[in-house]
Amino acid sequence: MTSDVSALQLVLTADPALMAIVRLSLIVSLSAVILATLFAVPFGALIALTRFRGREIVVVVLNALMGLPPVVVGLAVYLLLSRSGPLGTFGILFTPQAMVIAQTILIAPIIAALARQTIEDLSAEYRDELAGMNVGPLKRVATLIWDGRFSLLTALLAGFGRAAAEVGAVMIVGGNIDGFTRTMTTAIALETSKGDLPLAIGLGMVLIAIVIIINALAWTMRRAGERYAG
Amino acid sequence: MMRMRAFHSDLPVVFENVSVVARSVTILENLNLSLDAGSPSVLVGPNGSGKTTFLRIAMGMIAPARGRVTYGGRAGVTPVRRAIVFQHPVMLRRTVLANIRYALASAGVPRAEWKTRAESLLDLVGVASLADRPARRLSGGEQQRVALARALARDPEILFLDEPTASLDPAATKAIEDIIGAVSARGIKVVMSTHDLGEARRIGGEIVLLHRGRVMEKADTKSFFDAPRTAEARRFIQGEILL
Amino acid sequence: MITRRILFAAGAAFLVGHAVPAIAQDKSIVVASTTSTQDSGLFGHILPLFKAKTGIDVKVIALGTGQALDTARRGDADVVFVHAKAAEEKFLAEGFGVKRFPVMYNDFVLIGPKADPAGVKGTKDIVAALNTIKSKGAPFISRGDKSGTHIAEVNLWKVAGVDIAADKGSWYKEIGQGMGAALNTAAASNAYVLADRGTWLAFKNKDDLAIVVEGDKRLFNQYGVMLVNPEKHTSVKKELGQQFIDWLVSAEGQKAIADYKINGEQLFYANAHDVGA
Repeated sequence: MTSDVSALQLVLTADPALMAIVRLSLIVSLSAVILATLFAVPFGALIALTRFRGREIVVVVLNALMGLPPVVVGLAVYLLLSRSGPLGTFGILFTPQAMVIAQTILIAPIIAALARQTIEDLSAEYRDELAGMNVGPLKRVATLIWDGRFSLLTALLAGFGRAAAEVGAVMIVGGNIDGFTRTMTTAIALETSKGDLPLAIGLGMVLIAIVIIINALAWTMRRAGERYAG
Repeated sequence: MMRMRAFHSDLPVVFENVSVVARSVTILENLNLSLDAGSPSVLVGPNGSGKTTFLRIAMGMIAPARGRVTYGGRAGVTPVRRAIVFQHPVMLRRTVLANIRYALASAGVPRAEWKTRAESLLDLVGVASLADRPARRLSGGEQQRVALARALARDPEILFLDEPTASLDPAATKAIEDIIGAVSARGIKVVMSTHDLGEARRIGGEIVLLHRGRVMEKADTKSFFDAPRTAEARRFIQGEILL
Repeated sequence: MITRRILFAAGAAFLVGHAVPAIAQDKSIVVASTTSTQDSGLFGHILPLFKAKTGIDVKVIALGTGQALDTARRGDADVVFVHAKAAEEKFLAEGFGVKRFPVMYNDFVLIGPKADPAGVKGTKDIVAALNTIKSKGAPFISRGDKSGTHIAEVNLWKVAGVDIAADKGSWYKEIGQGMGAALNTAAASNAYVLADRGTWLAFKNKDDLAIVVEGDKRLFNQYGVMLVNPEKHTSVKKELGQQFIDWLVSAEGQKAIADYKINGEQLFYANAHDVGA
């Protein structure tokens, strides 16, 4: 991105470098949300619906992991993916894939913890009726997830928000490589360190606008759905 | 509405020395009772007498701590031919029609039959015009009707109802009682608990008085109200508090 | 239910689709370099020229010199391009590098508030200036991150007779970050900071800061490039990496470096042929 140009100008002219950065940020964070959801929602449902010794501790730990510091996750993933590390042969350090992995790990606890809460509450509410209809365990989980989908959507949004906003993990495992692993947040960090504060602030506002748009879309979906399902 | 199926009746439902304890409180104590095919059995008794627990055990939702329940002479029968309606029904977060379809699916009814069966169920309980409304937005009485339709979707032999009209206004109560009457007329065994002695009189073929987890008296409705045998029944009918 | 299946499939395709281009990225190398070099904007200028000529994508990871060398030690980079000769030679001695080539030089400058509270402006003696700053307790920002600039700064303190690690007071603040961050901090706290000229010229938040000391021969800052030893890490792309090094020291590369200017001022001086640089 060239200097002496405001962020607004870059947006209005759809500057290709800016567009590439926005696209990468969205792809990385959305991919992380999808991947994390695939693991986290079933896991959260499992914790919500089963009774076992130490369950309380698992719930507490899961809730605590919501606050995993991104830079710590980044460091851990870096050490895993480094050529000198256990998964080095795959050579995916400093690639968008590594960034997706790091963010997935970062937000999975958030989605799992919120999913657990949602499903547990819904299960308590539906327990008698589903028992009365003799619904088996698999179908019961599917019903809870489906009927709870709007609250689960909120959990996904929380995960997305965390992913889109963080810089520590993607900086370390991505390397902020120009045109390859530079996201909105790492670009903002870079422009700040180059002293181009107006551009950095401008990019920050673009990032916030994007996050607001995504939240608004989800809100609209939710309202439409609730009008249908009550 | 009846469909072809390998048929072994769940009736009579026989409680043999059933005891249930929860948190060191005895809810049912050595309870022996037989529910036979035919006219509705209505359970009455003060709060805490064990009516709800009784119904849940009869439905098969809880297992007794001691004793057993047999269905048509057999023990351990899955509740395929039984259905239950609770005092506060919970509607699934879907339309009324979707709720019925869910019940049909859970009961193993083939998809091809869903449309016709859902329509006749909605007509039976009188909510056909509400089919596409979100079920949770309905009034209490309407939701109770949907709950009834869901229960009937299972094509049950026995229908349990736990104080179904306790939270409803008179108009809604009448609507529910009418449906129960129609259901019973079709040959479905109704087992219902109620707080309202008037309702017991209206619905009952027989009355069962529960007190402190035991059966105090079981008699046909006329005998129970006109000539109660036990002191508890007499005092209960007169509106006294049984301790 | 069908829409859900479609969404699932779309999501999976999405992820796979984005894995493929990365794997297909064969003609690329990872170069571990420094934040000062990146912040100066040099790479933005020379790398497109290199790509146009060879089709090789150079992916620059910008860290402090110490971190850059450590990244290479772990095998996560193919080439290192830093500016701390002693650290580079240690890297070679440990067997992690193949050969060191000098590429370019610039100089360090002492930056400080225009008001110059320590009164060091105008002197050409960096050591004297540092001593004055210390004795007056004027605020000083250090990068503190084992970078080339940080190492140079510590060495200058040593020449001034100060063991800065042992002898620092509250006027000396180590921030553990890159050159840009150090300049931002200095601007915000009216402090002195040692910077390389390239980053300084490219820096946009100069605020109330200016160059207060320059021209001392001891402020000379040499950049060197090394191929990471493929015998230590077989994943190193040695042919492509060597092509980059060859280009940097070639007439073409050297000219590209010398041509890089900001506001007409040259940032780096190409000196690949200076023996002993």
